[in-house]
Amino acid sequence: MNYSEKQTAPDTTAIRPFHFIALEAELTELRKRISATRWPERETVSDQSQGPQLATMQKLAHYWATEYDWRKVEARLNAFPNFVTQIDGLDIHFIHVRSKQKNALPLIVTHGWPGSVIEQLKIIHPLTNPTARGVSAADAFDLVIPSMPGYGFSGKPTTTGWGPAQIARAWVVLMKRLGYTKFVAQGGDWGAIIVDLMAAQGHPELLGIHSNMPGVFSADIDKAALAGAPAPAGLSVDEKLAYERLAFVYAKGIGYGYQMGLRPQTLYGIADSPVGIAGYFLDHDARSLAMISRAFDGQPEGLTLDDILDNVTLTWLTNTFISGARLYWECLENKVSFFGVKGVSIPVAVSVFPDELYPAPRSWAEQAYPNLIHYNKVEKGGHFAAWEQPKLFVEEVRAGFKSLRTS
Amino acid sequence: MAGGIRPFRINVPDEALVDLRHRIRATRWPERETVADESQGVQLATIQELARYWATDYNWRKVEARLNALPQFMTEIDGVDIHFIHVRSKRDHALPLIVTHGWPGSVIEQLKIIDPLTNPTATGGSESDAFHLVIPSMPGYGFSGKPTTTGWDPSRIASAWVVLMKRLGYKQFVAQGGDWGSPVSNEMAKLGAPELLGIHVNLPGTIPPDIAKALQAGDPPPPGLSADEKRACDQLRVLFAKRRAYALVMGTRPQTLYGLADSPVDLAAWMIDHGDGWSQPAGPVTSAVLGRTINGHRAGELTRDDVLDNITLYWLTNTGVSSGRLYWENKVSLYNAANVSIPAAITVFPGENYQAPRSWAERAYHKLIYFNEVDKGGHFAAWEQPQLFSEEVRAGFRPLRKSI
Repeated sequence: MNYSEKQTAPDTTAIRPFHFIALEAELTELRKRISATRWPERETVSDQSQGPQLATMQKLAHYWATEYDWRKVEARLNAFPNFVTQIDGLDIHFIHVRSKQKNALPLIVTHGWPGSVIEQLKIIHPLTNPTARGVSAADAFDLVIPSMPGYGFSGKPTTTGWGPAQIARAWVVLMKRLGYTKFVAQGGDWGAIIVDLMAAQGHPELLGIHSNMPGVFSADIDKAALAGAPAPAGLSVDEKLAYERLAFVYAKGIGYGYQMGLRPQTLYGIADSPVGIAGYFLDHDARSLAMISRAFDGQPEGLTLDDILDNVTLTWLTNTFISGARLYWECLENKVSFFGVKGVSIPVAVSVFPDELYPAPRSWAEQAYPNLIHYNKVEKGGHFAAWEQPKLFVEEVRAGFKSLRTS
Repeated sequence: MAGGIRPFRINVPDEALVDLRHRIRATRWPERETVADESQGVQLATIQELARYWATDYNWRKVEARLNALPQFMTEIDGVDIHFIHVRSKRDHALPLIVTHGWPGSVIEQLKIIDPLTNPTATGGSESDAFHLVIPSMPGYGFSGKPTTTGWDPSRIASAWVVLMKRLGYKQFVAQGGDWGSPVSNEMAKLGAPELLGIHVNLPGTIPPDIAKALQAGDPPPPGLSADEKRACDQLRVLFAKRRAYALVMGTRPQTLYGLADSPVDLAAWMIDHGDGWSQPAGPVTSAVLGRTINGHRAGELTRDDVLDNITLYWLTNTGVSSGRLYWENKVSLYNAANVSIPAAITVFPGENYQAPRSWAERAYHKLIYFNEVDKGGHFAAWEQPQLFSEEVRAGFRPLRKSI
C-alpha cells in the first residue's frame, strides 16, 4: 500500500485488485518434497477404513510430482476479477464477478474445509451469465466468492476471535462495501454454518440463504448422536437415516475435526509435508474419499485429479493448513454447533445431495427453518456439491432464490 | 524361525541420521499460534527450540549404545517379530516381571528402572525385592515387527506376552504397565494364565458403569459421590473433552497421518502433545524439552535427550503410523472398570490423566493387594520418577513373593 507524502491515514476500506503468481522456485521445491516423501507401510485392511490407502496416496504423489501443472488453475483464477480488502484488521481476498444482466441478485458464496475459492470456479459463469446457457436472464447473479480468514489468499488472523460468527459479520461488511443493499448468501460445510449465522444475526440486507449442509439437528438429537446412543424412538424413516449418518460421523468420521478443533498447532507436519496435507484433505469423509479414490483409479465423476490437487496445492503454496484449522478451534472454543439448529427465521433454501454427511429430512428442515422457501433432494452429488456437480448445484441455487427476486 | 530367540543389536546406518537432520533443518514452518499458551497445541517456539537442538547437538548414538549394552533379543510370536530387553537379576529367585510401555512410549521409558528393579541393593533396596526383567516393544512399535493384518489389540498382545514369558522359561511371573501397558496387563490378568501371579498398573481402568454412562452422554454424574470421586469425574470430563483428539484420529483414521512418516517435526509434535493430568503437552515433558520448570511441573529425571531418544526411535523405525493402529484395533474403553480378579497393585501418580479413587479401584480390581497415592510423578511415571516408581513396583508385588 502506498502512502501519500502527507502521511494521511491509509484507506482501510480500499478494495485492491489482486492476482497470484507462484514463484517457479516454490513449485520446484514442492515437486522435490513430494518426490522425497518418506512413506509408512500400507494399511492392514483392504479398504479405506483406516484412512486413504497407501496405493491411492502414492498414485496421487506420482502424478503431483510429475504431470500436475499448477499454472493452469492459477491462470483460471487470475482470469477472474480478484480483490483484497481489509475488514476488522484482516486482509480478505475475494473474487467478484458482476453479471451483465440488470437486476442480477447479489450472492456471496462461502467455501469450507478442506476447500477454497477453487471449489466455486465452475459455478461462476453459469450463475453470472445464465443466458449463455439458454437460461433466463432473470436468473442472473452478481457473485462474490471470498477466501475465509486463514484460507487461500486471505490474511491469517494473529489473534483469537475469527470464528464463524465474526466471519459472518465480515461478509455483511464486504457486501455492503461492494455497494449491495440487498443480497443473498450460499454455503456448504463451513459456508453452511456461516450462512446460518449470517441469517440468525438479523442483518436487514440479507434476503435469504441457501445451504447444502443445513444445520437441522435439535440440541437433544445432536447430543444423543454425539454420545452414540441408538436412534431416539418415534423418528420417521428419513429422520432415522439422518440420525444414523450423523452418529457415524461423530463416531468414525470427525477425528480431524477434533484434532483441528483442539490442537491445530500440533499439526506441524501439515505445513512440512505435501503428502501430509493431501492425506488430510482426501479424508474429509468416507464418501468423498471413495469418490476421490475412484478419480485416482481413472474413474472421475465430478472431481478430477487436477481439481483435488489444485485445492491441495493452493493450501501448500499459501501455507494455510494450520491457519485454516484454527477455525475449528474458534468454533469449539465458542461452542458453536457444527450441525445444530441456529435460530434462523429468514427465508431459507435447502438442497440435499445424497452423499452429503447426512441427508437432511424435510421435517427437520422445516423445524430448523420456519421460512423454508425451497427444499429439494437432488439425485447425485456429495459434500463438495458445487465442485462435483456444478450443473445440478447451479440449478438448485437458481431455483432456491427465485422467489426472493421480487423483493 | 518361530520359537527361536535371536540376540539383537541396533545398528542405525549413518545415512539415516544424516537424512533425519537434513529433514529437520528443511522443515517448512507454519506461523505461530494465535494464543499465548498451549491451548492450540504444541507452541511454535517450543518445537523450534527442540528442532534446533535435534538437528545439531542431539546424538542418537548415546542411547543406541545404552540399548546395545543391554541384552536384547528378537523372537517371533503369532507371526510378528517381538523385540525385547531381558535382564536377569543376580538373585536367582528374583520375581520375573514383564513391563509394557504405552504410546507415545517405548522400551526407552523403562531404561532407568532396570537397575533399581533387577539390582535393588545397589539403589538402597532389599535383595528380596529383586526382579528378572523383560521389557518388550509392542507390535508396530520400536524394533518389533509391524503387523500386516488386523487383530493386534491389547488382548492379542497380552496373549503374546504370556507366550513370551513361558518361552523364556518362567513358570511364574507378574506384569506391570502404564498407558497401553495397563490395559495389556489387565488383559493378561483376564486370560487366566496360572503363571501370572498378579499385575501392577499406574493407569488403572476403574470408572464404574453408571459414571461411564453419564460421562459418555454428557450428563452430570450421579449424586452422592465422595470428594475423590468427584475430582476424578472432573478430570475425566476434561480428559475426554479436550485431551483425546490424537486418540480419536488414530482410533479412526491412522493411515491418514502420512505426515508422521514424512516429517520429523510433525512426528515430534504429535508425540509431545500427549497430555497428562496436569496439562497438554504433559507438564514434565514440556519442562524437559525446554530445560526449565514450566508451570511448576518438574521434569523429574526426564531430560530433553530422553524425549528425543524416544521420538528418534519412532522416526528411525518409521512407527508413527503403525503405532497408531493400536488405537484403531482397540475396542474397549481404557478407563472403564477393568474387572480384574487376580491380585492387582495400583499406584496413583499425581500427574496421571486422572487420579483413580480407591473406592473405584476396589470395585474394578477385585483382589486389590496394594493401593497407594504418591506425591510426585505424572503420566510417564517410570520415565520421570524411576526411583519412586521402582519402590512402588517393589511394594506392590511384595505381598506376592510369599507364594513363590
